[in-house]
Amino acid sequence: MTVLLKGGRVIDPSQKMDDVLDVLVENGKVAAVGRNLGDDGKGKKKDPGLTILELKGKLVVPGLIDIHTHLREPGYEYKETVESGCQAAVAGGFTSIACMPNTNPINDNRSVTEFVIRQAQKANLANVYPIAAISMGSEGKILTEFGDLREAGAAGFSDDGKPVIHAGLMKRALEYAYSIELPIVSHCEELQLSKGGLMNEGLVSTELGMTGIPTISEDIPVMRDILIAEYVGTSIHICHVSSTGAVRIIRQAKERGVKVTAETAPQYLLLTDEALKGFETSYKVNPPLRSAEDVAAVRAGLRDGTIDVIASDHAPHSPIEKDVEFEYAASGMVGLETSLGLCWKLVEEGLLTPSELIARMTVNAARVLRIPGGTLKKGAPADVTVIDPKKAWTVDVKKFRSKSRNSPFDGWKLPVKAVLTMVGGEIKYNEL
Amino acid sequence: MKLARKDLLGIQDLSVEEINLILDTADSFIDISTREIKKVPTLRGVTVVNLFYEPSTRTRTSFEIAAKRLSADTINIATSTSSVVKGETFVDTARNLEAMNPDIIVLRHSAAGSPHMLSKVVRQSVINAGDGAHEHPTQALLDMMTMREKKKRLAGLKVAIVGDIAHSRVARSNIYGLTKMGARVSVGGPITMMPRYIERLGIDVHYKLEDAIQDADIIMMLRIQLERQETNLFPSLREYARYYCLNPRNIAAAKDNVLIMHPGPMNRGVEISPEIADGPYSVILEQVTNGVAVRMALLYLLSGGKQ
Repeated sequence: MTVLLKGGRVIDPSQKMDDVLDVLVENGKVAAVGRNLGDDGKGKKKDPGLTILELKGKLVVPGLIDIHTHLREPGYEYKETVESGCQAAVAGGFTSIACMPNTNPINDNRSVTEFVIRQAQKANLANVYPIAAISMGSEGKILTEFGDLREAGAAGFSDDGKPVIHAGLMKRALEYAYSIELPIVSHCEELQLSKGGLMNEGLVSTELGMTGIPTISEDIPVMRDILIAEYVGTSIHICHVSSTGAVRIIRQAKERGVKVTAETAPQYLLLTDEALKGFETSYKVNPPLRSAEDVAAVRAGLRDGTIDVIASDHAPHSPIEKDVEFEYAASGMVGLETSLGLCWKLVEEGLLTPSELIARMTVNAARVLRIPGGTLKKGAPADVTVIDPKKAWTVDVKKFRSKSRNSPFDGWKLPVKAVLTMVGGEIKYNEL
Repeated sequence: MKLARKDLLGIQDLSVEEINLILDTADSFIDISTREIKKVPTLRGVTVVNLFYEPSTRTRTSFEIAAKRLSADTINIATSTSSVVKGETFVDTARNLEAMNPDIIVLRHSAAGSPHMLSKVVRQSVINAGDGAHEHPTQALLDMMTMREKKKRLAGLKVAIVGDIAHSRVARSNIYGLTKMGARVSVGGPITMMPRYIERLGIDVHYKLEDAIQDADIIMMLRIQLERQETNLFPSLREYARYYCLNPRNIAAAKDNVLIMHPGPMNRGVEISPEIADGPYSVILEQVTNGVAVRMALLYLLSGGKQ
């Protein structure tokens, strides 16, 4: 199939491109980006089989990439499946997603990795990159078989949700991952400091009488993991940065040349712990929503490049986990279908240009996981997202394609919407 | 007069007028408990459910007596295990209770915010009888009633609250209530028991008992929960008692006519010495007496306050 994406504003930060151009897609790849493609100069199609999509006024960007999601399969199919998660992804404009290993069984061996990939192939929607566990059962004791997992298709390693407690194991993991050229993705949480914590430790937790999770429970392992990576001479990726201290530590590490990358999530850019005042469990997330000061620091870090990537930390939960007392509720919120619209608020506020935002949701993400995509260069896979910059919409969790509804953004008005999602040259979502 | 609200979830969202209304109403109920026949027909036909997810003797009994003196029917549901352990969710329990058409649900729960959740699920009035370390509004109201009765005012009083402020719902509700009513609040205790930014609630923070109770009109000693030693909140009971037990010697820092309060149950010899607990300044049992009147007032006001 040959498709011409005609007349949209093409924003491709990987090529520093931001202009009204056509994108020609052939055989699942980007064949060309330029002016008046598919036109014989006399107003007629060169190729009679060419499908032309008129995209005047729309934004055409490399397919969005979310490197931090939870697809819950195998084991928690009542919350999400690979298929439903991919439905949510393409509806949100994402063409590639990475999924964390905290399934049941945990993705700590080839058979689970292969199963996830097989489910993704069956769904045939978005590209799915499984992140395998660092340690067997994510118990922080024995390394998983990194090489075998890599061959099976793992894109990196993380014990997300269960931090690697022992520095010694983290050092070995970083060394071993370096030798097979896959990234370590670190969920930074010092459990002795976050123990029993339900929300950010600060004035609001003091008012509500809830046990706090101090920012240092994030900062200390961020520092630790950066120091280990620096010592070993390898790269490290820091998940869901939420604190002032973590931003500062990462910034300083980057200044002295450490190969550290970092991500944050829309909730850490748009919500503060003040939101917890109604005890609504949809706001319960880990790391917790922090103070306004932390949000400002995370925004500054996103602005100046300290934080490379925005990922949603899409964490589906059912009412069984969420419709309970705040203390007993599971942490996490879904994000795939709201991430782009929420992040566009940062463009509206002037924090980022459209191109800077798209970079943090495409090429930067691809670089962190060293995966294809994130670009519209000639020959790249034709993963393309079309955004309608004038299509404001109101979030209605009941309309989510995800199986779960645990979003605190229900009812929010978002400024833009992905209206067409193309993966490998095939249209997987279309509301043009 | 009536409270223009469905629930009493905390002191933080009450206005000064509402607090005064509750305290005035409680004052008017106090004599019912001393009559020969301690019962009025005011809430005949009203059903009050006491739903207690945490063990409690004092508060539950106080609510039950309050309801019975107003001729309401009371049902006590005590469950020591959390809903998670029990297998039925809190929301399901709430909906089942709602289906039986009670009028008021009094809830004690170890998880902060549970009454707020309940109030959204059921159409009945919800009274928070203590939620985790968040609030214990009826305790603060009975404390304020006792202070007002003894000192004839709340504005300008200096009230010292000493102990584990971080884990105390009594401290929080009193801080919210007393600062609203114009009293000056100081808190005292080891820094490990002070929640972050507590001073931003408009109170003074001290780490020495004598500093906290300096010139105090009222001293409220909080119960030390012995199991907190396991989390290294304090090194030992011996050490805690040595620096924070209110005794006849260190009480001299307070005003001569200071009143001593304690929400109970007391650990004699830990946070309060027996001489103080049983001494002339102690109004600890008056607090308990007033607790019944405050709870009668709330049941009455939340039922519409018609008579």
